[in-house]
Amino acid sequence: MKFGIVVFPGSNCDWDVYWAVRAGLGEEAEFLWHKEESIPGDIDCVVLPGGFSYGDYLRSGAIARFAPIMGAVARFARAGGLVLGICNGFQILCEAGLLPGAFLRNRQLRFVCRSVFVRVERSDTPFTNLLQPGAVLRLPVAHGEGNYYAEPSVLRELERRGQILFRYCDAAGQLTEDANPNGSVANIAGVLSPEGNVLGMMPHPERACETLLGGTDGLTVFESLQRHCTMAVATSAVL
Amino acid sequence: MDRFRVAAVVTLRRSIADVQGTTVEQALHALGFRAIENVRIGKYVEMEIRAASAEEAHRHAEQACQRLLANPVIEDYQILAVTPAVAKEVP
Repeated sequence: MKFGIVVFPGSNCDWDVYWAVRAGLGEEAEFLWHKEESIPGDIDCVVLPGGFSYGDYLRSGAIARFAPIMGAVARFARAGGLVLGICNGFQILCEAGLLPGAFLRNRQLRFVCRSVFVRVERSDTPFTNLLQPGAVLRLPVAHGEGNYYAEPSVLRELERRGQILFRYCDAAGQLTEDANPNGSVANIAGVLSPEGNVLGMMPHPERACETLLGGTDGLTVFESLQRHCTMAVATSAVL
Repeated sequence: MDRFRVAAVVTLRRSIADVQGTTVEQALHALGFRAIENVRIGKYVEMEIRAASAEEAHRHAEQACQRLLANPVIEDYQILAVTPAVAKEVP
């Protein structure tokens, strides 16, 4: 399979994702410049990486969402393409309206940079098919505006449709206030689109793909995508 | 075509806790400003707009707020003032 990694001015996790995909997963990847207006036909999954696109001026992701590539990302997503937004990428997806909600400054008003635990809520998604519901992953976070907010009616819809994929928890998988690094409503760390093909997450799976860097829990997200695409190819071959 | 100076303020919606505002309020109380309450922090955006009238300039600013300057999920905006601006001389 092949990943397309979008590069905005100020992206700084683009190479981390590239490395995770190439060396960690053993798949192909190419960078997509923010001024591009289309997604190449051989791309299976578009990644919006972390960073500080356009300096995070005004609001995180507010300016990046109007970059030429974002129209193509929206079309790609509408056609069922896989889109993974990590950290700043998640913020951009929310600003673009591809995912619901928005981000506030961290509750404690400080940038948080450490490993956290997240609980996997579903396994029937392209991003978590190698994991069991309730599985706990240890992943790094690094953000100043990671306090996810959705108004109560939207939150109820997210819960009802099972769109919350990851929640901050303690090592035992309990959703505690202390385990929530930024004050996100309902301990939300990752949100799916209603169709399940777009995921935004604040933790960085690409920074947890080798033991040398402190863990490989993040690799399971990429391996799930790999499995999803392999099975899709197998299914279409049968049909 | 005239030129107008327009000021807009973007703040978090009332229903959303403004932790910056709360922290600043606590600092003000610590300094003895006991009478000050409900401090909210926002963004101030000043812009110059070319338009045929103040109403048209206001309309442009309104659209800019809706499209980019404020995120309606979490923020409210208010256009504070539309005043005539002196055009910069082209050197």
